[in-house]
Amino acid sequence: MSVSDEALKQFQQPGWYQRLTVLDWIWAALVIAASIFAYTRYSQFMDGYEIGILAGTAISMVLMGWYWKPFRPYALVVGLLSLAAISLYGSDLQLAETSFFLKYLLSSQSAIMWMSALFVLATITYFAALFSGNEFTGKVASAMTWSASAMGLVGLMVRWRESYLIHPDVGYIPVSNLYEVFILFSIMTGLMYLFYEARYQSRALGGFVLLVISAAVAFLLWYAFDRGADEIQPLVPALQSYWMKIHVPANFVGYGAFALAAMAAVVYLLRARGETRNPNGFAATRLPARDLLDDLMYKSIALGFAFFTIATVLGAMWAAEAWGGYWSWDPKETWALIVWLNYAAWLHMRFTKGWRGTPMAWWALVGLFVTLFAFLGVNMFLSGLHSYGEL
Amino acid sequence: MAGSEERISAGASFGTRLTRFLGSMNLAITLLVALGIASVIGTVLQQNQGYASYILKFGPFWHEVFQSLGLYDVYVSGWFVFILVFLVLSTAVCVLRNAPLMLRDMRNFRLNVQDKSLRAFHHVDEQAVSESPDDAAMLAGAMLGGAGYRLRSKAREGHTLLVGMRGGLNRLGYVFAHLGIIVILIGGTLDSMIPLRVGQMLGSVVAETRDIPASQVPEQSRLPTSNPSFRGNVNIPEGLDANVVFVGMDDGYLVQNLPFTIEVKDFRVEHYDTGQPKSFESDLVLTDQHSGESIEQTIAVNHPLVYQNFAIYQASFGDGGSKLDLHMWSLQPDKDTSFVFNGEVFKTYPVESQAMGTLKLELDDFRLFNIEPVLNEAGLEEQRNVGPNFTFKLRDEQGQAREYMNYMNPIRQQGRWFYVSGVRENQADPFRYLNIPQDPEGGLTRFMGFIAMLRDEAQVKQIAAETTRTATQAAGIKSDEIRDQIEKTMVRLLGLFAQGGYDAVLNDIGDNMPEDKRQAAADALVKVLHTGTRAVYLNLLKEMDVTEPTETDWLFYEDAMSTASVLPFYGAPYYVQLAGFEHIEATGLQITRSPGKDVVYLGSILLIIGVFMMFYIAHRRFWVRIEADGTGSRILFAGTSNRNPMDFDAEYEQLKNRLFGSLNKSA
Repeated sequence: MSVSDEALKQFQQPGWYQRLTVLDWIWAALVIAASIFAYTRYSQFMDGYEIGILAGTAISMVLMGWYWKPFRPYALVVGLLSLAAISLYGSDLQLAETSFFLKYLLSSQSAIMWMSALFVLATITYFAALFSGNEFTGKVASAMTWSASAMGLVGLMVRWRESYLIHPDVGYIPVSNLYEVFILFSIMTGLMYLFYEARYQSRALGGFVLLVISAAVAFLLWYAFDRGADEIQPLVPALQSYWMKIHVPANFVGYGAFALAAMAAVVYLLRARGETRNPNGFAATRLPARDLLDDLMYKSIALGFAFFTIATVLGAMWAAEAWGGYWSWDPKETWALIVWLNYAAWLHMRFTKGWRGTPMAWWALVGLFVTLFAFLGVNMFLSGLHSYGEL
Repeated sequence: MAGSEERISAGASFGTRLTRFLGSMNLAITLLVALGIASVIGTVLQQNQGYASYILKFGPFWHEVFQSLGLYDVYVSGWFVFILVFLVLSTAVCVLRNAPLMLRDMRNFRLNVQDKSLRAFHHVDEQAVSESPDDAAMLAGAMLGGAGYRLRSKAREGHTLLVGMRGGLNRLGYVFAHLGIIVILIGGTLDSMIPLRVGQMLGSVVAETRDIPASQVPEQSRLPTSNPSFRGNVNIPEGLDANVVFVGMDDGYLVQNLPFTIEVKDFRVEHYDTGQPKSFESDLVLTDQHSGESIEQTIAVNHPLVYQNFAIYQASFGDGGSKLDLHMWSLQPDKDTSFVFNGEVFKTYPVESQAMGTLKLELDDFRLFNIEPVLNEAGLEEQRNVGPNFTFKLRDEQGQAREYMNYMNPIRQQGRWFYVSGVRENQADPFRYLNIPQDPEGGLTRFMGFIAMLRDEAQVKQIAAETTRTATQAAGIKSDEIRDQIEKTMVRLLGLFAQGGYDAVLNDIGDNMPEDKRQAAADALVKVLHTGTRAVYLNLLKEMDVTEPTETDWLFYEDAMSTASVLPFYGAPYYVQLAGFEHIEATGLQITRSPGKDVVYLGSILLIIGVFMMFYIAHRRFWVRIEADGTGSRILFAGTSNRNPMDFDAEYEQLKNRLFGSLNKSA
């Protein structure tokens, strides 16, 4: 008796590119076609770095769509709605007040309001799903989170266009002040949560993660209505750089991931407490298992740490160009370092000492406050070179 | 890092103990946390602000304490550098000790693992199958190979061991990341102030604290062009050049000589429609002192000029010695002391005054654009350019100075226009503002004439006499005595008002009247005062050929009275009006030489690659132990991973099912 070739062949796994379907290739073609269109249309306004960023964005979007399939319909919807808004605007910013679709749906202000409302509703719905155990309610909550993330990104895209409609000199990518990055933060955190929701097949975390986003939304609304922060203001000279387009988004992958980790930590602590107090109680049975939460906590912190490292290095490179030194011990830089050191210590504890569970969850939660200070507190209480979003 | 779990044996040598201590995880974590906390201090306490402002903030005692702890420049202080050095050492020892182990482990298939260990793994399964050991080995090899695992096998005593491994790069990631940190810190050290601090300790470098021209700074405070690393600033007025930069240190500065000269042709600020600055640009000509080679380039924020290994940045801007046409309006009793002169910003001029002797007028700054909140026609606040202003100090013979900031153009307030001048005694205080109403002719002449007349005793006497005469006649008062008394009171009140405003008048009433009569007396006396001031004003108007005063004239009078009342607190013998100017700007350049930059970037790239390899590549191994068992064989399947246990659970299950699914279970 010997082993047949067929028996051996059964183990041959297709390579990653062999596993791509027709849809995957259509997706890639679509992204590349759109990028080429953007290039032919706008290359005259772009410098070498910006063309590089465009190419990099195209490649990352293709890979992202291959790796995470739901990203594709999301990107398509955002793209189509943004294009619709842009074509409705034409070259007249005033249409935001008169055109029905712009006024109530697609102007950046309306889209951001939709995002805000949907995130808050999704938070409530997630909790309703958790307490009722109704699966349909959970699906509605997911759909709301998807819609909120889509409307938020549409808001930013349209705002980008609006800034150019104000005056071509004013135009800038809307990740340049505190108001805009709060929107970015909400979208990033929302999308990252949705990724893990599908991965772990659990919606029990949703309400908790969206609690952070709702807090961000509350701040956003206060900031807009009380301080008029939603008004598009031209950029100060130091911010007029292509670095903005990569430094800020990289940073917010980090911030979003740290926020996600902290909320996983909160749920972990609730579950652990529930298990000791009442093993058959709500917290011990409905909330996700501790292993899952521990894993999510680690994965988000690892992702956040990796991107935060990139963002800090990019920030240093930008600082070298704008302020004349890659490191000036400016409060923002220093606090970025503190955040980095904090999570570096966390990761070392986990890797080398094998720490798990409750202490690490508390630490991840404290980490959020350290991060929050670096993100907000520095702007509020400390002055320095990086004073771009004052309260 | 793995070393932290080792026990230090009693007999270990000092060297071994030291390396174990330095390489221990506990030390590494302690250092990370210590560095974090130390960094916080530097962000809470503003760094490098100059000793004067610290003494003001903390008082002399705490200033001494903070200064000796190096808290004003935390990041180059001895103890901070000590932590950093320790961190480098600790990381280096870790890497040196672990890298060889890691690199070996990367390629080690662990073919010598003991059966006992295999069975103790968390992921292990065993099954008897009907396939022969050879067939089973073939299938298992195909299965692991198909899943992307590299294979090794070994015939051991009575059985065969097959090992599949992948993800060894994870170990390389560890080496990269930690090496990256060391490289970054070495690069950072190359660019740090540490060499200067060492020079300072040895006495070869002494910070200059006097405000003297760069050419007069002594050798001990100068740094040669060969200095490999520095970061300094210099302000160069348009049309001038410089070949040094100033490096701030403690409470003074050092002069860094440059091997080239930089001439500033022009400096420009462009503005958006809203008035905010859009760009700062300087046209520079750089001339190498050795080769004579010359480069012309325009720099802007985010677009520095790089020459050899020097980089020149647009850092700031300021005045470059603008020429100002000044009108000195006398606020003294003798109105004839008014005069006109031309001054230059950054220069000092002697000014004679009657009450305060010779004062020094120090022209400090001129600003062309001033975006400030103003009430618009609709009564809403909006940011608007209110035009040029200039700042100066008046210093008396004792060295006491008041600082003034005067706007050139009148600023609209409540629908009327005022010349605005800010005054303060201390740099730390906010300005208090004096608002002088613009006269209907569009200048300061009428107000200055008014206060001059109020202070002219002879004229005041004459006007008071006339006014009293007319008033008493109208009221039918015949008594010369009463008339005389009213006249004297009026003169006295006008004198008090001219010297100390309403406050002086009210104080006088307070001093001379019993309390119950004060209110009534005050009303009567203020009426007398106002009769007098109105008469003075009418007299002034007559001199100016205004015979029928309009409502505008009376509005002006009201404003002028308010201003005249607070004028005694203005504290200057002159109101300095800016009548014209020639704007000369200076560009603020930062020039750096930073040999460590590329080293830091290299380290950063290593760090990023390392971090991703460590997180996203898991080092995994699967063992298949195949032992003959009757006609079939006995298969043991085990696996380990150093990362992502949950993902590995799934992978282990999958591969196990694949393997055992392809084999026939024996009965």
